[in-house]
Amino acid sequence: MILTLVGVSRGVIEESERRARGVGADIWVRPPASSLISFSTASMPEKLLSFFEQQEHVVLATGSVNHGAGILESLGGIDFDKFERMSGRFRYIQGGPITAPHHILLEDRYAAQKNYKVGQTIRLWNRDWYVVGTYESGKLARMILPLRTVQELAGAEGKLSQIFLKVDKPENIDKVVAALKANPALAGYPIYSVDEWMSLFSVDRIPALRQFIMVVITLGISVGFLVVFLSMYTSVLERTREIGILKSLGASKTYILSILIRETAILSLVGAALGVCATYGTRWIVNNYAGPAFSQIIVKDWWPITAGIAIAGSLLGTLYPAWKAVRQDALEALSYD
Amino acid sequence: MTDGQPPDSPIIRIRELRKIYRVGDVDVEALRGVDLDVQRGEFVSIVGPSGSGKSTMFHILGGLTPATSGTVEIDGVDLAKLSEAGRTALRKTKVGFVFQKYNLLPTLTAGENIAIAKNIAGKPVETEDWFRDVLGLLGIDQRLDHKPRAMSGGEQQRVAIARAIVNHPAILLADEPTGNLDTANSEAVLGVLRNLNERLGQTILMITHNPEAAAYGHRVVHMRDGRIVD
Repeated sequence: MILTLVGVSRGVIEESERRARGVGADIWVRPPASSLISFSTASMPEKLLSFFEQQEHVVLATGSVNHGAGILESLGGIDFDKFERMSGRFRYIQGGPITAPHHILLEDRYAAQKNYKVGQTIRLWNRDWYVVGTYESGKLARMILPLRTVQELAGAEGKLSQIFLKVDKPENIDKVVAALKANPALAGYPIYSVDEWMSLFSVDRIPALRQFIMVVITLGISVGFLVVFLSMYTSVLERTREIGILKSLGASKTYILSILIRETAILSLVGAALGVCATYGTRWIVNNYAGPAFSQIIVKDWWPITAGIAIAGSLLGTLYPAWKAVRQDALEALSYD
Repeated sequence: MTDGQPPDSPIIRIRELRKIYRVGDVDVEALRGVDLDVQRGEFVSIVGPSGSGKSTMFHILGGLTPATSGTVEIDGVDLAKLSEAGRTALRKTKVGFVFQKYNLLPTLTAGENIAIAKNIAGKPVETEDWFRDVLGLLGIDQRLDHKPRAMSGGEQQRVAIARAIVNHPAILLADEPTGNLDTANSEAVLGVLRNLNERLGQTILMITHNPEAAAYGHRVVHMRDGRIVD
């Protein structure tokens, strides 16, 4: 459970990071007062693009309009020509580029999850859209529409949700960022170099995500502890007669206790290994059936942590019933049926 | 000679043995002053009706429960002076149990059931030559890889006997060892007990209701109302 939840939380972030990196921008400009996971309302005037293109070292400026469910379920409206000049051409899995305002492009994984096919008409936001192509994932959004169409859809004609800048040389990125930040006309606009922007895609930078994960882990540990505790308690009760037999053979408390604890340690190790295997199953389920907003990765660095949690929890859960069992009178234990 | 005891001294010496159980607010006198000597190599059958105190004496001799008063010496060891840990050690070295319900560990094979008794006693689990002969005598040498559920009652009881004697106990305590067996298996088990007694000199105390089974012993001790009556 813990591995799946951590895997999903990281998977969602990494998926978003991959799509953001796929834009190919050197600098990101966001609307004032926006955050990583907030809806980026289209509040930046489109005419800013020409302003940015006039800046020294900036060779290309383009932007997108987001619509829908923000960063997790993203729809991007783009200027195709400029966007492809910045990020490289779309790699179409099926179909081809948009040629009409009612055309829509879908990310291949999203299309597969939704079972949408090229040539199909789908209904979104009370409109019919013709699926003209599917593209290899990792390009800004899960659904791509022409910029003007999304602006009209969002009621944001002439506005942009974010602006992407391409700089002539990588070594000039920081220089351009510094110059833009120093420009009073851009006061309040979050401006990030690509490295800064990518660094925001971490558990620590998403508000309350780390706390959420800790709550989930704490719940996981508590539930796991109770399950192991009750299982061991029941198991020890069921084995009362066996414990009596061992006592009649002269087994000491330490001997019986060590058997129970060793069994628990082996069981918890096997359980932890099975749990790790199960995350491959949950990854397949999440990535194929949980919806496009979710993505799970395998978090190998958490394997020893969860194994430690499983072993420690089960051993603690064993100690009480085990201690109770070894203190039991041998005669009572032998007469247990 | 064992533990400094002369060879002709009794291996079991019981004097004025009393046991009182507390059941609710009532004291129940299970043993009311039992005196008994058992010689080394003797096969003694103890018979008596339910409630006569024979099982209580069996449990005290096996160190499963302490006596209220009196003395019980096994192979020179006074059980009254033993702590719970001491009684546990006694079960490991001096006493072997055979129960009516066999009491084999169900998840282990017959061989593992015997080996665990050696492991508990801190001995190597390999089968020694003398014991290989005993397994043949018991007729279970070809059944050691089987789990108890795959064995007949008679076979299980013979495995229990093998487990009870594997550590060379001073005495073998058998509590109704044929109580769950049919006539043929009962005769086989009783024959094995007598054979072990004759060939290995194993001292055996056997509790039974069955007069025919009791006749396998050298001597029959009758109990009634917590006393030995003859």
